[in-house]
Amino acid sequence: MSSENIENSMNDAINSSPSRTIDIVNRGLKRRYRAERRFRYYGLSAIVLSLVFLALLFVSIVAKGYSAFQQTYIRLAVFFDPEVLKQDTLVNADYGALVRESLLKKFPQVESRKDKRLLTSMVSSGSVYRLRDMVLKDPELVGKTVEVWLPADDDVDMLIKGHFRRDLPESERRVSDQQVAWIERLEAEGRLERKFNTTFLTSGDSREPELAGIWGAVSGSFLTLVITLALSFPIGVAAAVYLEEFAKKNRWTDLIEVNINNLAAVPSIVFGLLGLAVFLNFFGLPRSAPLVGGLVLTLMTLPTIIIASRSALTSVPPSIREAALGVGASKMQMVVHHVLPLALPGMLTGTIIGMARALGESAPLLMIGMVAFIVDIPKGVTDPATVLPVQIYLWADSPERAFVERTSAAIMVLLGFLVAMNAGAIILRKRFERRW
Amino acid sequence: MAPVSLLAILLLLSTAAYYFGRRKAFALVGRAEGAVKLHSRPNYYGALTALWCAIPALLVFGIWLVFETQVITQLVVKDLPEAVRSLPPDRLNLIINEIRNLESGSFVSQTIDPAIQAAANHYRNLRATSHAGLAVTTIALVIAAALWGRSRISPGLRARNQVEAILTVILVACSTIAIFTTIGIILSVLYEAIRFFKVIPVTDFLFGLNWSPQMAIRADQVGASGAFGAVPVFLGTALISAIAMVVAVPVGLMSAIYLSEYAGKRLRAVAKPLIEVLAGIPTVVYGFFAALTVAPFIREAGGVLGLSVASESALAAGLVMGIMIIPFVSSLSDDFINAVPQSLRDGAYSLGATRSETIRQVIVPAAIPGIIGGVLLAVSRAIGETMIVVMAAGLSANLTVNPLKAVTTVTVQIVTLLVGDQEFDSPKTLAAFALGLVLFIVTLCLNIIALYVVRKYREQYE
Repeated sequence: MSSENIENSMNDAINSSPSRTIDIVNRGLKRRYRAERRFRYYGLSAIVLSLVFLALLFVSIVAKGYSAFQQTYIRLAVFFDPEVLKQDTLVNADYGALVRESLLKKFPQVESRKDKRLLTSMVSSGSVYRLRDMVLKDPELVGKTVEVWLPADDDVDMLIKGHFRRDLPESERRVSDQQVAWIERLEAEGRLERKFNTTFLTSGDSREPELAGIWGAVSGSFLTLVITLALSFPIGVAAAVYLEEFAKKNRWTDLIEVNINNLAAVPSIVFGLLGLAVFLNFFGLPRSAPLVGGLVLTLMTLPTIIIASRSALTSVPPSIREAALGVGASKMQMVVHHVLPLALPGMLTGTIIGMARALGESAPLLMIGMVAFIVDIPKGVTDPATVLPVQIYLWADSPERAFVERTSAAIMVLLGFLVAMNAGAIILRKRFERRW
Repeated sequence: MAPVSLLAILLLLSTAAYYFGRRKAFALVGRAEGAVKLHSRPNYYGALTALWCAIPALLVFGIWLVFETQVITQLVVKDLPEAVRSLPPDRLNLIINEIRNLESGSFVSQTIDPAIQAAANHYRNLRATSHAGLAVTTIALVIAAALWGRSRISPGLRARNQVEAILTVILVACSTIAIFTTIGIILSVLYEAIRFFKVIPVTDFLFGLNWSPQMAIRADQVGASGAFGAVPVFLGTALISAIAMVVAVPVGLMSAIYLSEYAGKRLRAVAKPLIEVLAGIPTVVYGFFAALTVAPFIREAGGVLGLSVASESALAAGLVMGIMIIPFVSSLSDDFINAVPQSLRDGAYSLGATRSETIRQVIVPAAIPGIIGGVLLAVSRAIGETMIVVMAAGLSANLTVNPLKAVTTVTVQIVTLLVGDQEFDSPKTLAAFALGLVLFIVTLCLNIIALYVVRKYREQYE
């Protein structure tokens, strides 16, 4: 089409219908505004949806878990029978007999073997240790009758907390009608009470929910993180300093950079495979040890720390470097005396965030055997241990109803630690952030 | 002496050497026969002495501990009775493990063979000797180095240059750890995978349709040979990842668009960090949420609709994984949308486009390479995610794309094959490494492509 033709047709369009274009626009306007509104709603609902998921997650965990911070206790008049507690065998005397006796004294009408067993099963098997500790601490108790609060069995605990419904038929509930009657009597006499569950915070793992605690896992997590921090912070900072301040741009440093970026995106379980093949099978380090866990998590968090440290270093203005070099500092002195102190808050922030991720990580630790059932509290970095997230995983697999609330409570503790760490990072950033 | 306390002693001695060297430097300056000019500041003389002490001692310490176990094992095996020594390697390994367990005082099940008990005692003695030897050697090394270093200190010694040279070497060494990690991953996974492929052909593994990795405990057991066709496992991984992406991509992208183009300052300040919180929650928590809240809910909802839903449905795991990935997609898309120059927006508005038209027809097409890169990174995340699927997805490998059925994934299989009692050298445990190799290669390719796309995209508007 020649330019003359175009001009003609345009003139035609304008002359024949002067208001046509605006008509077309106006006709479509309603539809377009509707589309606009619809699009906005999509966006808004996407945000609302994410926030609803977040709220749902927190609500479901808190709703399931808050009750685990309380535990049902039964008050019994325990007679520390001198017949049972012989002086020389106080450590391994039959403390179970004391519990049995006091329960039978409370409910004298119980006679059949089956009922007796049902009755004694209402008190936690861990009561034995509680009584033993009391006697070992104060041998004067022997021969006396003392009112003692003993932890109830998890089934009783679940019934008291309402997780087992009393109105179900007996066959569908784990607590028999007989036991419910006893529990109601104890309740009526004020011998049944819910108290703060210190066991949960201070003891190690156990097969019995009422005796299981997170302290072992928290200690394991702590030891693992100490190793991780001690290795990954210096190494990460050193690597970042080299790459940012000393290295020339060449293929070698390019290779390192590509490697770091890739490692940051490698699935964590692959680091577990590395740990299993190299640290356990090749170097023969002990299984389930925080030492190995720390090594694996170090390799995993290093990329995060290096990337954060590098961006902290780049945010230090070049004028500082030039000034230091200008007054005669060597390059190393310039970095160590001037650049590093200014970049340190940023590096620490990145490190804390890396540590928070390491604290929540469990997949690679499954590979190096930190999933074992470990009752003892780990004392050193080569003792077998587990960590908090793995403990959560283990409890989530347990069939007992009481472990569900304990799992949720352990999650609450874990999230508490994470919130504290991230808040620390934010405060650090706010406090020391510098705009040049 | 325990290695940990020895390490502490070595570090303490090296710190002492710092003051030792520094004092010598000060003494040089303060000599009676007139001031001498030192080449470096006294601190550097101290630091140099400390480095001379610490580095050789720590190297000896590390190498000693690395090889200690192997050397001692060799020595103990040499002294075992001939009948035990001539056993095949896997049986011998079991016995060595037993000796080690006995030595460390852990629980040993069977009654103890006196020869084994003797070997364990021998092992313990050797280890005590080794630790004592290590302590003597390293402490002697530190003291010798301190004395030698001190004797070398003179005004002309270029202490600062030497310290800086040593520090530079340390820095370089630290930065190469990333490379060694990658090499370590490739070698360890590849080595075990190749051993696996010697037993099971690669083609059977990659294209076989049947996955049931039980190995026989006895040779005459029914179904003695496991099946290692990994297609159902790959398909399950793909299905769950696809469900996750169906959730994460629209929600993440739309919330990024809304936050960067529509939302006011206050909504942005509140909603953005809250969405990021989703990324900070440990995956084991999502796994628990998926297994105990979402999966039962989906099953009941399916029951109401008359559908039969497996209790470990792919839908539950995929849905929760999608939630986990939302912030990942949204923060990356947010970056890319913000990187689109304002001039493109202004151009579209001046032509009379509405905001949504601008977004759909100008901004998103302009940002699409970056968004695709972000989505690829998210896919690699989903494929490698472990805890959610371990807790909420199934164990049996079903060849299905029905999201209501239970499927299994690569990571679930790795965990189930490697957790718990394992005997090395059986194809069952080696299969985990073969799966790990596939996982590593696939995520590596996705990452490389994604990082390349993202980098190219960033350059486009800079």
